[in-house]
Amino acid sequence: MKSVIFRTLAPVLTSLMMLFSIFVLLRGHNEPGGGFIGGLIAVSALAIYGMAHGVETVRRAIFFHPMAIAGAGLLAATSAGLIAIFAGVPFMTGLWIYPAVFGREVPLSTVLLFDTGVYLVVVGAISSIALSLEERGGE
Amino acid sequence: MEAWFALLVGIFFTVAVYLMLSKFIIRVLLGVAVLGNAVNLLIFTGGRLTREVPPIIPEGAESLAAPAANALPQALILTAIVISFSFFAFLLVLSWRAYSDLATDNTDEMRVAEPADEPLPPLGY
Amino acid sequence: MAATISPPVDLSAALVAAPPTLAEWLVILPVAWCLAIGALLVMLRRPIGLHPAIAIAGLAGLVLIDGLLLKEIAENGPLTMVMGRWLPPFGIAFTADLTGALFAFAAALVALVAGVFSLADINDSGRRYGFYPLLMLLMAGVSGAFLTGDIFNLYVWFEVLLISSFGLLVLGSEPEQIDGTVKYGFLNLIATTLFLIATGYLYAVFGTLNMADIATKAEALRDRAPLMTLTGLFMLAFAMKAAAFPVNFWLPASYHTPRVAVSALFAGLLTKVGIYALVRVMVMHFPVEREELSFILAVAGALTMIVGVLGALAQTDFRRILGYLIVSGIGSMLAGIAVGGPGGIGGAIFYALHSMLVMTGLYFASGIAMRLGASSSIAALAGLYRRHVGFAALTLMLCFAVSGLPPFSGFWPKVMLVKAALDIGAWWLAAALLLAGFLTTIVTGRLFLLAFWREAPPADGEAVSLSPAAFGPLAVLAGLTLLIGLYPEPLLAIIQDAAAGLAEPSAYVNSVFPEGGPQ
Repeated sequence: MKSVIFRTLAPVLTSLMMLFSIFVLLRGHNEPGGGFIGGLIAVSALAIYGMAHGVETVRRAIFFHPMAIAGAGLLAATSAGLIAIFAGVPFMTGLWIYPAVFGREVPLSTVLLFDTGVYLVVVGAISSIALSLEERGGE
Repeated sequence: MEAWFALLVGIFFTVAVYLMLSKFIIRVLLGVAVLGNAVNLLIFTGGRLTREVPPIIPEGAESLAAPAANALPQALILTAIVISFSFFAFLLVLSWRAYSDLATDNTDEMRVAEPADEPLPPLGY
Repeated sequence: MAATISPPVDLSAALVAAPPTLAEWLVILPVAWCLAIGALLVMLRRPIGLHPAIAIAGLAGLVLIDGLLLKEIAENGPLTMVMGRWLPPFGIAFTADLTGALFAFAAALVALVAGVFSLADINDSGRRYGFYPLLMLLMAGVSGAFLTGDIFNLYVWFEVLLISSFGLLVLGSEPEQIDGTVKYGFLNLIATTLFLIATGYLYAVFGTLNMADIATKAEALRDRAPLMTLTGLFMLAFAMKAAAFPVNFWLPASYHTPRVAVSALFAGLLTKVGIYALVRVMVMHFPVEREELSFILAVAGALTMIVGVLGALAQTDFRRILGYLIVSGIGSMLAGIAVGGPGGIGGAIFYALHSMLVMTGLYFASGIAMRLGASSSIAALAGLYRRHVGFAALTLMLCFAVSGLPPFSGFWPKVMLVKAALDIGAWWLAAALLLAGFLTTIVTGRLFLLAFWREAPPADGEAVSLSPAAFGPLAVLAGLTLLIGLYPEPLLAIIQDAAAGLAEPSAYVNSVFPEGGPQ
């Protein structure tokens, strides 16, 4: 697996897939896509990078422990539901704000926060399993 | 159409039960995976097989123009798939650990937690 | 933006218009609270020294929330909150009635004492592995299962608590634990898949998953839908989760393998979630089918009681004895559900609450005994009475309670169940209940005689002191069983109301559909 071609191509492939995963995440609100599938794409990217350059490199590259990422995602998703308490609507109700960034209206919502949370949970939990399996397989 | 799907679900269940009756945990695991898919297909069929139109309301309209697919079973199945996927991953790692730590994948030989030759409990005081 | 162009839509047909009251937030808060604390603990990987403090504070908060919820419901009836404002039955509803709130409160209490006990039981490697985050996620699953008003959502919470229980079971990764987890994991996964099959059929028949909606629609569908098959499937799935006799073998195979704090938690929580689900589905949704199936359920209950306690008689290991005693207790609850009526259902709920406290306490006792005597076999343990008199006294109290002897909490539900069984003429069921109680007395009597009263070799006879983290939880649980045994009236009154609310769920339905039924 560690041919020169694969090792040269892997970082390019990984960064492209990462970008694509974020695209899929953001696209998910009104069209096919979303946090879960985006997260899975990101995990595949990390797994490819791990195959080419070793698990240690991946762990250094993502900086945080995978489970800590999953925890952050879970916290984001839960708080996305709890924000509704301040707006006087039931748990998990979608709330929207439209701040203007550089003159363009950007719709932001608790739904997006929830979906980002799902993305992080999937990235954290599945990459934790995938990396430990890769480590064991490399022995 | 529903009848054919019911038959397919039946075949899935048969395969799953046959595999789960095995002594070897890896076959049981495969059986559980097939069982999960059988259930997903069951829920899909249970939600009625309707028109292959996605239930998306066109822009400007307030309700669906024509009968469309039932979205709820698909949401249920998606949830069930995610859950069974994570369970499959966990049990696969567990089976692997069990195989390397207990040196067997035969459930009859897994007697660490419940040893076969237990002495009788004390009968007198 | 499409939303700004299209004409204003009448949202009241799809969305809840009234803002939720603060009391309604109490229904969802136990789950959200546990998830948030669990997530926080997962993120704090480095400072594991902080984990116990945060988790115990979180569990104390959970007890407080569940207590407020119980008080609110006891005063004002069931509460409902729907997710995302969608009107039920389309939105997922969280509905808490007295039964659910009572179970949730007892579960939070058990988790809190187990959290305190874990200070003395879970070492640094267990903390690093994630005992406390998993504990909080387990509690999120358990609270969600007790408070949800949607049957598919109940399945999801079952899975949440199942995956956290897997993590807790393998904590330590010894061969024995892996062996136990394999059996626990596979059989429980099959049980929840059975539950999902039943849910799939339920959806195909009813076209709805909302519990209040099912309860109202069942009457009209009874003549033309295979409700009997459905109820049978649910019964099998939940009986497997609760470890009833023909499908109980996963429990004694696994409950003695993990850390003591984990065993104690499982003993208090997991099987009771199965019992709760069985009560909810069979009593509230399908009462007529429960009547039809009651003979099967009664036979299964009687066999579970007797087989469980005979299994306990044949064991030498302290914790394996307790595993079989849990199974035996499940039999009594099944008998109560089979008998039905206020006495039977009330007795089953009371017995479940009593069993949560007592079995958790007994597992704590087994952990302390193992530490004092350096063995878990009652053939090797001896002289514990001389080593710590207070510990021996508390254990004796719990032994009395689990056998159903007065003046402890086990006595009253046994009385209710025996009386309810005799009232409907099921003398054999009453006899089985009494026989199981008698045999349990023999089991616990032998346990106490051998491990506590038998004279130990002089070398290990000195008295020792126990850390408050180990002794305190045991004392709290033993004190509670004594309190309930001596003064059961307030609890009994709540339980009677809970059983009445299940048998006649109009208050539950009204809380979900305030306008009187779905459109």
